[in-house]
Amino acid sequence: MCEPRAARRSAAGPPLTGFVCVLLLVCVSVASASLDVGNNETRRTAAAETAEDPHHPTNSTGLKKAFPVLALNYDYVRKPFEIALWILLALLMKLGFHIIPRVSNVVPESCLLIGVGLLVGGIIRAIREEAPVLNTELFFLYLLPPIILDAGYFLPIRAFTENMGTILVFAVVGTLWNAFFIGGMIFGVCQIEGAQLAGVDLLSCLLFGTIVSAVDPVAVLAVFEEIHINELLYILVFGESLLNDAVTVVLYHLFEEFSHAGTVTVADAFLGIACFFVVSLGGIMVGAIYGLLGAFTSRFTSHTRVIEPLFVFLYSYMAYLSAEVFHLSGIMSLIACGVTMRPYVEANVSHKSYTTIKYFMKMWSSVSETLIFIFLGVSTVAGPHAWNWTFVILTVVLCLVSRVLGVIGLTYIINKFRIVKLTKKDQFIMAYGGLRGAIAFSLGFLLTDDNEMKSMFLTAIITVIFFTVIVQGMTIRPLVELLAVKRKNESKGSINEEIHTQFLDHLLTGIEDVCGHYGHHHWKDKLNRFNKTYVKRWLIAGERSTEPQLISFYNKMEMKQAMMLVESGSAARPPTHASSVSMQNIQPRESARGRAIPSISKSREQEIRKVLRGHLQNTRQRLRSYSRHDLLVDPFEDHVSEVRFRKQRVEMERRMSHYLTVPANRQETPAVRKVCFEPEHRVYTYDDGESPRGRAAQPRPGPADGVSLVSESPPGLGARGPDQEQEVQEEKEEQEEQDQLKLSRCLSDPGPNHNKEEEE
Amino acid sequence: MGASQTRSEHKHQHLADETGFSLEQVKNLHKRFQQLSGNEETISRELLDSVPALANNPIRKQIIEAFFDKRNQHHDEVGTCEEIGFEQFLMVMSHFRPPTLKTTVEEKEAMRREKLRFLFNMHDTDNDGTITLAEYRKVVEELLSKSGDIGQEAAKAIADAAMLEVASTNVPHMAPEDFYEGITFEHFEQILKGLEMETRMHIRFLDVGTTTMACGKSTS
Repeated sequence: MCEPRAARRSAAGPPLTGFVCVLLLVCVSVASASLDVGNNETRRTAAAETAEDPHHPTNSTGLKKAFPVLALNYDYVRKPFEIALWILLALLMKLGFHIIPRVSNVVPESCLLIGVGLLVGGIIRAIREEAPVLNTELFFLYLLPPIILDAGYFLPIRAFTENMGTILVFAVVGTLWNAFFIGGMIFGVCQIEGAQLAGVDLLSCLLFGTIVSAVDPVAVLAVFEEIHINELLYILVFGESLLNDAVTVVLYHLFEEFSHAGTVTVADAFLGIACFFVVSLGGIMVGAIYGLLGAFTSRFTSHTRVIEPLFVFLYSYMAYLSAEVFHLSGIMSLIACGVTMRPYVEANVSHKSYTTIKYFMKMWSSVSETLIFIFLGVSTVAGPHAWNWTFVILTVVLCLVSRVLGVIGLTYIINKFRIVKLTKKDQFIMAYGGLRGAIAFSLGFLLTDDNEMKSMFLTAIITVIFFTVIVQGMTIRPLVELLAVKRKNESKGSINEEIHTQFLDHLLTGIEDVCGHYGHHHWKDKLNRFNKTYVKRWLIAGERSTEPQLISFYNKMEMKQAMMLVESGSAARPPTHASSVSMQNIQPRESARGRAIPSISKSREQEIRKVLRGHLQNTRQRLRSYSRHDLLVDPFEDHVSEVRFRKQRVEMERRMSHYLTVPANRQETPAVRKVCFEPEHRVYTYDDGESPRGRAAQPRPGPADGVSLVSESPPGLGARGPDQEQEVQEEKEEQEEQDQLKLSRCLSDPGPNHNKEEEE
Repeated sequence: MGASQTRSEHKHQHLADETGFSLEQVKNLHKRFQQLSGNEETISRELLDSVPALANNPIRKQIIEAFFDKRNQHHDEVGTCEEIGFEQFLMVMSHFRPPTLKTTVEEKEAMRREKLRFLFNMHDTDNDGTITLAEYRKVVEELLSKSGDIGQEAAKAIADAAMLEVASTNVPHMAPEDFYEGITFEHFEQILKGLEMETRMHIRFLDVGTTTMACGKSTS
């Protein structure tokens, strides 16, 4: 195909990229169209051949077919080829949008993708071929789960649980209100209208209302992610879109059953309510069970790190499918699975697996989202339509009105119970952010064909989706800026914030206990303690199970910095935000007075050196594993060793600053922003393959890493003799050695040097 | 009977105005105070210590100290009391009120500063206006006190890293000779800016009495 050419050309710049995209579009559509044509042809030729076969023996003595050097067998790869082509198209489109900067700032990605879908659908239609439609099975089984899993796994738990009441009220009561209001009003208007709309009965209207009233998580994610709104609003709208799935599922099945049966009794209504609880709680339970299974499995994966990410994905997918088997809410099951699994899995898996899980999830959900919007566009062009002005306009208007009324009404009630009240701005964003999306479309598609209003419903649903995604999606960003809604504050992890978050938790729990009423914090504290004493022991491997959260956070942060430093190169200084504050600025001043080292006699020095050299080999071996190249081969997946190593560095840094006698020496310590790892690089001054004896020589400024030691000291110190530097290094090594011994026991009991450290 | 009732009502009203609670809330807290103190006028540290629910709290000592800290009474006094009355109890509780819809931006700022001040006082035990490294270490140690020896080892490292972070955020360029004395209140405010104290540091004070709640005091 023309792809190789296209790939080479796409390096040439945005206008050419646009041209390439269009070219690819045409190719894809022609390909998928011609595939059908080709299929027909092969069928025809097969038929012809079977007709010929009886004649064949008579011709066998005739001409012999030449051996085919090059043959074409497209049918063999047809299906995977098409799928891959579609996905490739979707991703190239996405790529194209981000290269053209102006467009992506104004128009949200979802709109552009729908546009592309419309275009492709139009092209396929023009060739008069069958276009792939967003059928229900494809959507619900393949395209939706990755997005929901991604959302659920990375759900901000704290914000979610703090606002759980509000979210539930909006999800359940809000959706019910929307469904009944829209359904009822449409029925009313249809009765008045007469004409071709009279055939719409109440149950169909209510069914339609249900389908069109649910806020869609995919659309919300797609739009909200680009506007970076503050966490509270995000979690309110997004949480609602996730939890209303249970309501939607129940109502949908309810009304569909009834519209076949024809009549509704009170008993049915009660059954419906019972069904709601079963669906939602059952879904959550299924998800939780699979989540715990996944967590338990991850406890044993320390020897097979490579397949760890797969467990997360498979267990979650199984949770979704299992819930769907029983008509429970698959979305809630998936969310519950992700939420349950996450803390334990993250404690168990290696850092690389964690990164893999994160990236694969983001990748799959991104692809899914893109495909969904493109297919939505294609299906719009392809699908059966029955345009009815009244119905469609009515639907759009009613959706808006009911959403606004619902939000205002519910907020009024909720604010009586909330501590942090929702302001008018918040309400506006919530009402405006109630986007409909592909779930509504798929549910509409799922309607059985004997519902004669199906085409009309579908048209109306698509119009609503387009309206919300395109109009509301495009205008929400300028509105957010206009109203000066609080944005998400992008804060990197701060150890102070983490300390104080924990501190606050305990403080508030304590105050609640003094006050004597069992509030939110009390129960959270109880849950945490239960988790720590019983659950963690079963689900987390090794000693991580007793690690308090603060320490995990601290370790994670240190690891991140270590990675950053290694990546940024050994000789380079830490990047821009480096400050010149280091540990010695903080250590208590009084110890500085007593820092003068008693002078060491020459013989003692020799002794020290000998001892150190004996241990130096070990050090070198272990340290070498941390070179940039070896980091890929991972001997150090064991987190505990990493902790130890890190502590080693920290201790070494501190002791260095203590033992340097000459004041000017302190400038030797390079500027580090946090307690970190510059010394790590300095250690690389030891050359590989150098014999221990020969080490008595100066640290040579040969390898680039070695330069760091010498070059980082300000020029004024260049006059320092090699002896002094060596002494410094010897001291450093001594501390290192002591630290190793100390830290090999540090996790259980304080080592022998503990007291020495105390006095400083 | 009627006279004393109106007198206590007046007193409650006065307290409500001073601390910002509603009359209902003051009454409920008064009931709770009576429960804790056994209908006495004051409560002591031991009484608060004996609240069973607090037993599992790692920072229990600091919380109890905060009640007896004169700095939290907003009378510009320093030191600690041995026993506190209802008024002081209420004053400490008033730090945990949430903002309402009507709170203006300036009031929110003031509220945030007040809450941060409360936290600062909890950390700054020697009242020298700064949180020194030793004090901060103590804080982290207490936080991790329920986690055994792992906690103690890591506490120092964590406190050091935290202190370093405060120093480097607030005073980015220090010469190697300089010494960062401790975290001042301004630096403390700066470093915790992202936490939005006024919305996080609050508990729900009930308007309705919770007479069915267990007294919470040990019956020994």
